[in-house]
Amino acid sequence: MAPPPGGDDRSPGTATGTGPGDGELVAALMAGDDDAFARIVDAWSPSMLRLARYYVNSDSVAEDVVQEAWLGVLRGLDRFEGRSRLRTWALRIVANIAKTAAQKERRAVPFATGGTEGPGGSGDLPGPGPSVPPSRFWPAGEPRAGAWRTPPHPWPSLPEDEVLSTEAVEVVRQAVAVLPEGQRAVIELRDLDGYDAAEVCDVLGLTPVNQRVLLHRARATVRATVEPYFAEGVVSGERRP
Amino acid sequence: MRTWWRSRRKGGPARSRKERSGPQSRPLSCQELVELVTDYLDGALDAETVARFDEHIAGCDGCATYVEQIRQTARLVGKLDERHLSAPARSRLLEAFRDWKRTTQ
Repeated sequence: MAPPPGGDDRSPGTATGTGPGDGELVAALMAGDDDAFARIVDAWSPSMLRLARYYVNSDSVAEDVVQEAWLGVLRGLDRFEGRSRLRTWALRIVANIAKTAAQKERRAVPFATGGTEGPGGSGDLPGPGPSVPPSRFWPAGEPRAGAWRTPPHPWPSLPEDEVLSTEAVEVVRQAVAVLPEGQRAVIELRDLDGYDAAEVCDVLGLTPVNQRVLLHRARATVRATVEPYFAEGVVSGERRP
Repeated sequence: MRTWWRSRRKGGPARSRKERSGPQSRPLSCQELVELVTDYLDGALDAETVARFDEHIAGCDGCATYVEQIRQTARLVGKLDERHLSAPARSRLLEAFRDWKRTTQ
């Protein structure tokens, strides 16, 4: 197995990695530690809200779902067996409550929730087509068939740790916002919330293959959408008149 | 995960016997590589395909740039703002926690 060359062990912002282990956390909660509870409410609620929002139609319903899920976490805490991480377990509670709420809203659940397999199944798995337009490669029959015809140009305007301009953030946000819901759920849980592939499969009820198909298509689409902006220096806003 | 490109090749030009005998060592094309990038970054490729992938990007600026831009894309998404619980909802939850504490202790 190749080591993940980047971006996969990140755990931005949430109570992972450097935080206390789940055993310690559960013990603190069981002991009634207000601060411990406030910390995980603040750290985990953003991804819980996003997850809920995939199932329900409005922000206010999503917020209700998340509140109810937190109450469910408290009610179930003494039965938490530690088979998964506490935050993964909490997200599963969100998904379950949100699905019920979505049924009440008479809205279809947006993506494959277990059992369905492969492109063409239910959910919004992309078809088997390429993630990069074939027109960017030399066609069959050419001496360089399959090689880049229009290769991507590096993004000089995107240094590693640059604080992005408001405009750049907006470009990325829009690119993510218009993705099909299943792709959006996966790319945000993976790349924004820092969940690993196994956790995302667990919470969304996806097979590992389907999870990667959704992530692959999502990242390729976002990359293609932002490409013209970052190739032209929109990030810093300095190069355009 | 290699099956996809094997199946893609069915529709392609006929291969000589020699070529068919060693599909594993056949260099990846750029067009094939871009479809493997997520599996590559997730460590989901077998060692042999990883070797072909690494060999390709070592000699191909276009694909090296593409892989780097997929990494950059993941980082960009990671910079999007979080949506937070409203202050009243947060207060209600902290209150619920104190109630829960009273009833369980």
